[in-house]
Amino acid sequence: MATLSIIGGRVIDPASNLDVITDLHIAEGEIIAMGSPPADFSADKLIEATEQIVCPGLIDLSVRLREPGAEQKGTIFSETRAAAAKGITTVCCPPDTEPVIDTQAVAELIQQRAEKAGMAKVLPLAALTQGLKGEHLAEMGILKEAGCIAVSNVLPIVNTDVFRYALEYAANYELTVFLHARDPWLGHNGCAHEGAISTRLGLSGIPEATETIEIARDLLLIEMTGVRAHFCQLSSARGVEMIKEAQAKGLPVTADVSAHHLFLTDQDINSYNTQCHVFPPLRSEQDKEALRQGLLQGTINAICSDHQPHETDAKLNPFSMSAPGISGLDTLLPLTLQLAEDMPLDLITALSYVTHKPAQILGIDAGTLAIGHPADICIFDPNSCWPLRPDKMYSKGHNSPFLGREFKGKVTYTLINGRIIWKG
Amino acid sequence: MNNIQLDNQGRLKHFLGIGGLKRSLLIDILDTAASLINVPEKSVKKVPLLRGKTVVNLFFEPSTRTRTTFELAAKRLSADVLNFNIDTSSSSKGENLIDMLHNLQAMHCDMFIVRHGAGGAAYFMAQHVAPDISIINAGDGQHAHPTQAMLDMYTIRQNKGDFAPLRVAIVGDIRHSRVARSDIQALTILGVSQVRVVGPKTLIPKGVEELGVKVFHDLKAGLKEVDVVIMLRLQRERMLRGAFLPSAYEYFQYYGLTKEVLKVTHPDAIVMHPGPINRGVEIDSNVADGPYSVILQQVSNGIAIRMAVMAMTLGAVSEKKDAN
Repeated sequence: MATLSIIGGRVIDPASNLDVITDLHIAEGEIIAMGSPPADFSADKLIEATEQIVCPGLIDLSVRLREPGAEQKGTIFSETRAAAAKGITTVCCPPDTEPVIDTQAVAELIQQRAEKAGMAKVLPLAALTQGLKGEHLAEMGILKEAGCIAVSNVLPIVNTDVFRYALEYAANYELTVFLHARDPWLGHNGCAHEGAISTRLGLSGIPEATETIEIARDLLLIEMTGVRAHFCQLSSARGVEMIKEAQAKGLPVTADVSAHHLFLTDQDINSYNTQCHVFPPLRSEQDKEALRQGLLQGTINAICSDHQPHETDAKLNPFSMSAPGISGLDTLLPLTLQLAEDMPLDLITALSYVTHKPAQILGIDAGTLAIGHPADICIFDPNSCWPLRPDKMYSKGHNSPFLGREFKGKVTYTLINGRIIWKG
Repeated sequence: MNNIQLDNQGRLKHFLGIGGLKRSLLIDILDTAASLINVPEKSVKKVPLLRGKTVVNLFFEPSTRTRTTFELAAKRLSADVLNFNIDTSSSSKGENLIDMLHNLQAMHCDMFIVRHGAGGAAYFMAQHVAPDISIINAGDGQHAHPTQAMLDMYTIRQNKGDFAPLRVAIVGDIRHSRVARSDIQALTILGVSQVRVVGPKTLIPKGVEELGVKVFHDLKAGLKEVDVVIMLRLQRERMLRGAFLPSAYEYFQYYGLTKEVLKVTHPDAIVMHPGPINRGVEIDSNVADGPYSVILQQVSNGIAIRMAVMAMTLGAVSEKKDAN
């Protein structure tokens, strides 16, 4: 296997709290040295990284690959390539594919196709219940052995008895449960945050309590079952508060937020902009600020893209009839960098939300540049600007509310297991 | 967001909603309607303002009354009229909205009158239609029903003259009502002294105060000394299915408009209703048929308002003015 050195870059490794200009040396797919190379080392290839930032490859906790089942929106190849092009080296895919990831066969199919694509690493999440129907437990033991990193039901489990046993059963295999807090009834026909804006636009609302009621129920069951849980894509200030209290009580609970919830509010749907139709909905300015503070205070541990690519037609409809979701892979890194500029937040901490911390949530050997670990690396030029244009997006989905916006921070190289997967 | 309604000279190009329009434009619509109000009373009930134009009624929701008044309005302006009643259950399976729009466009129509169940549908169509076609919103979901609002304003002006001193109460299912939203905007722009909304908490949407209204949950308190009462239709099926109300009977006990309740209003108050009315649910028969009721005036005025809006969006009125 080829050896490689990355020379003269600003190496930022949040896991080891390192921010220094140095060289990295890679062999056998791993980082073998930092600073001066080992005595007998000769690099087959040199990457000149002066004035660039070298950080761990990004880990994205929620990426819809759309394969199997909705290949008109995205394929494993198109979406993992889009991830790699933006410095993302590991993606988790939720189980709501078609068929659902509730059998070994589907879990293996996804991983085999991802391997064949040779782009970003794919970690499937297994279904908590068969078909995500909330009735019968999925074969979580087998699914874990088949490579699933955690379990999730995406949709609410209405039957609390089933939910309780599903959580206990997941705990039995030491699987983390990814929870999408959403009451099945409250605001079920809504498409926007319930408030003055949804009222003015005549859109059915989704109240904050749609999220918080479910968080309350989930937390009680987490306490009861002892399962390790991760809350996906928080959207409300109240939700952040509840997670914070649970963590203070010592419950094994983590949380993430999507990058777009840190930058957009319900104001952005103002003229029925279907690109801002997402679930959970974009909420108020105050909610957005609380989500940002939640990151700073450590209540929210990670930023994800919540990538949901769509074909153009899915958004070409009146707001409530358009498909929810944002194609977010392209903007995960630049929005994270933007956050560091907007807030009292240093770059190393900002990058931890997309590298080291999601790796911790998943319990995987990734998200660090420490010696002996896989060389999954993102190199970017922090000062290079680029506009987000549909014809430059590798994702099949061009559905982004950020189209046309200028971003700072351009990925120049993405390495996975020491191989150059992407060169910008 | 409603700038798309205006051409670069500030004239009406589409009519999608009241929000964002200037007072002078609303007055213009009322004045134009006033100039057309007598057309139906002549022996030849037509003016040639839209001769040679084709107007398409595109209704994705069942409606008899609104569709008929638009059709009548178009015919009195000498336009040709096509009616499409589209069953949304079949349209959701097949052709999408854009394709349908492009197909109709290919038939060289000049104007689409659109009613649709989704808020923003008319706005969406205006964004995607060819530049020479006008869209008129005949009701989109819970969002807007601007011609209804304008005919309400016309009726208020006809009976009360000046808008400035008026207190207006809108009573009923504010949550689901596009009429309420458009009326609130029109009344606010025209500068009435107070707009109130009255209804049980389940039917008042969150944040409605930010539209500039005062909220009341008690009917008598809400109607105290008002000059205009706008009653809304209660959709019984929706109410009971959605757990918004226990029964039509109880609703009438607390929110039904009766002679007794009307004693608290200004003595000259008028009662309006967009129709069709549910007698004994939101309004008592002897109020609907009583001396304060202007409900049938609203219907007549609706034709003139729709004629005015159609003529203005297709430029027929200003062309005529220019020619003079």
